[in-house]
Amino acid sequence: MSETTHDGTVATTTPVSPDEGLTPARLAAKYGLSVSGARPSLVEYVRQLWGRRHFILAFSQAKLTAQYSQAKLGQLWQVATPLLNALVYFTIFGLILNAGRGMPKDVYIPFLVTGVFVFTFTQSSAMAGVRAISGNLGLVRALHFPRASLPISFALQQLQQLLASMIVLFAVAVGFGSYPTLSWLLIVPALALQFLFNMGLALIVARMGAKTPDLAQLMPFIMRTWMYASGVMFSIPIMLEDKPAWIADVLQWNPAAVYMDLMRFALIDGYGSENLPPHVWAAALGWAVLVAVGGFVYFWKAEERYGRG
Amino acid sequence: MAEQQQGGRVPTVIADDLHIVYRVNGARTGKGSATAALSRILKRGEDRGVRKVHAVRGVSFVAYRGEAIGLIGSNGSGKSTLLRAIAGLLPAERGKVYTDGQPSLLGVNAALMNDLTGERNVILGGLAMGMTREQIKARYQDIVDFSGINEKGDFITLPMRTYSSGMAARLRFSIAAAKDHDVLMIDEALATGDRKFQTRSEERIRELRKEAGTVFLVSHNNKSIRDTCNRVLWLERGELRMDGPTDEVLKEYEKFTGK
Repeated sequence: MSETTHDGTVATTTPVSPDEGLTPARLAAKYGLSVSGARPSLVEYVRQLWGRRHFILAFSQAKLTAQYSQAKLGQLWQVATPLLNALVYFTIFGLILNAGRGMPKDVYIPFLVTGVFVFTFTQSSAMAGVRAISGNLGLVRALHFPRASLPISFALQQLQQLLASMIVLFAVAVGFGSYPTLSWLLIVPALALQFLFNMGLALIVARMGAKTPDLAQLMPFIMRTWMYASGVMFSIPIMLEDKPAWIADVLQWNPAAVYMDLMRFALIDGYGSENLPPHVWAAALGWAVLVAVGGFVYFWKAEERYGRG
Repeated sequence: MAEQQQGGRVPTVIADDLHIVYRVNGARTGKGSATAALSRILKRGEDRGVRKVHAVRGVSFVAYRGEAIGLIGSNGSGKSTLLRAIAGLLPAERGKVYTDGQPSLLGVNAALMNDLTGERNVILGGLAMGMTREQIKARYQDIVDFSGINEKGDFITLPMRTYSSGMAARLRFSIAAAKDHDVLMIDEALATGDRKFQTRSEERIRELRKEAGTVFLVSHNNKSIRDTCNRVLWLERGELRMDGPTDEVLKEYEKFTGK
């Protein structure tokens, strides 16, 4: 319809050139112009993303600093928030509901704190991821950069947040009699794998959240269900003793439970390998690679569509 | 045919029957209550809860190297949307935009954070525009000096939320203008800051124009269009109403707006 209306009204005074009569597509091809905003190939996309690594890091650090800059205690909240969380769970689950059944107190408290910290890492990555595009539309519409920078940056922000609160975790472990041993070194690969998983998760929910912003409202409920199903504050095999075995198996193999168990195993003396499902490192690696690669490709597939109102 | 290019008229931006549609969630009816939202969901169909705004309707033009093109039209006529589409930031509903290299929009506002110091915002904004850390370090002092933020004391180390609106606008423009661009698009940036800063920024834009292949300028200020542009696109209700030399189009536009 607009074809006919504007042909009559446009007054073109451009001089006739030899290119006159070429269709726009042919003219573009002749001078080597490319389609603006087209999705790059996957390899090219990875290359562009690597080129923006400084921006990704700087953005995550900036978000981290900005988060508590208005608070009086400032960056102290990075550590205080998860600690307060653990305290609340300890009061309710440890003291009132006695969810620590089958574990002595000096194992249960570090067990609970580790669980809360590790799960919070995944949870906040997903919560930040779901708003990574939809909450930053201004940025997406104003500047050019591979959009995956945003969810990755948010996952990175959560990693830095966790690293800061690790000090508290170490203090709690030592306070309840688990002293640093060589097994503490396992924290590094466990965290690396969990970070990969979180990044993939953030990429997946970022694309879904960009299409359906309602997901941000739904996310707290999904995450809470996941938290209760992953044994953050209780031991899955002990709690589900009298239920069919497959339920405990499924729950134990879910990525959140796997990463929590690995961290507990690494950190807590009284939490031995008998508490872990078999092939737990393979599961941790499998989840990380599957979700990171799958999430990245899934996110890239919609690259040119982010930012539509 | 390819040999006889008239005086090197090389196209840098080609828009081919471009349509841009915004989809707005939850703006269907005046009633914003939960029950109204629920009944919209239950109704299903094409238009459940989503309203479409057809902001650009079938715009076609070819821009050549060395041109400075002004975009004019009343508020809401689709000027800024068109710029974003050329930059590849808004996906097209129909039609295509072909560009030479990566056009950049002179706008960095969205990447900056009010809770951070001006200093960190300069770095963050530069990185967001795709500059390297070395480039930013090399230009840092120029950016700060140009913005004039430190003329009244050491403000660059304070969070941006403590700046006056004029100061913040000046810093934003200084960061955005620090980079050289192939195809440069400026969205009413000339209106920021006090008189002294405006002169300085107009000067900087002329500099950027010399370095850039093609410049697009959106402005409601006919004087700054006349000063900087040699061609004008006039948009009205998302359609291209006129395309030609600055004087001709501006004369018609002024007649239209009743000046």
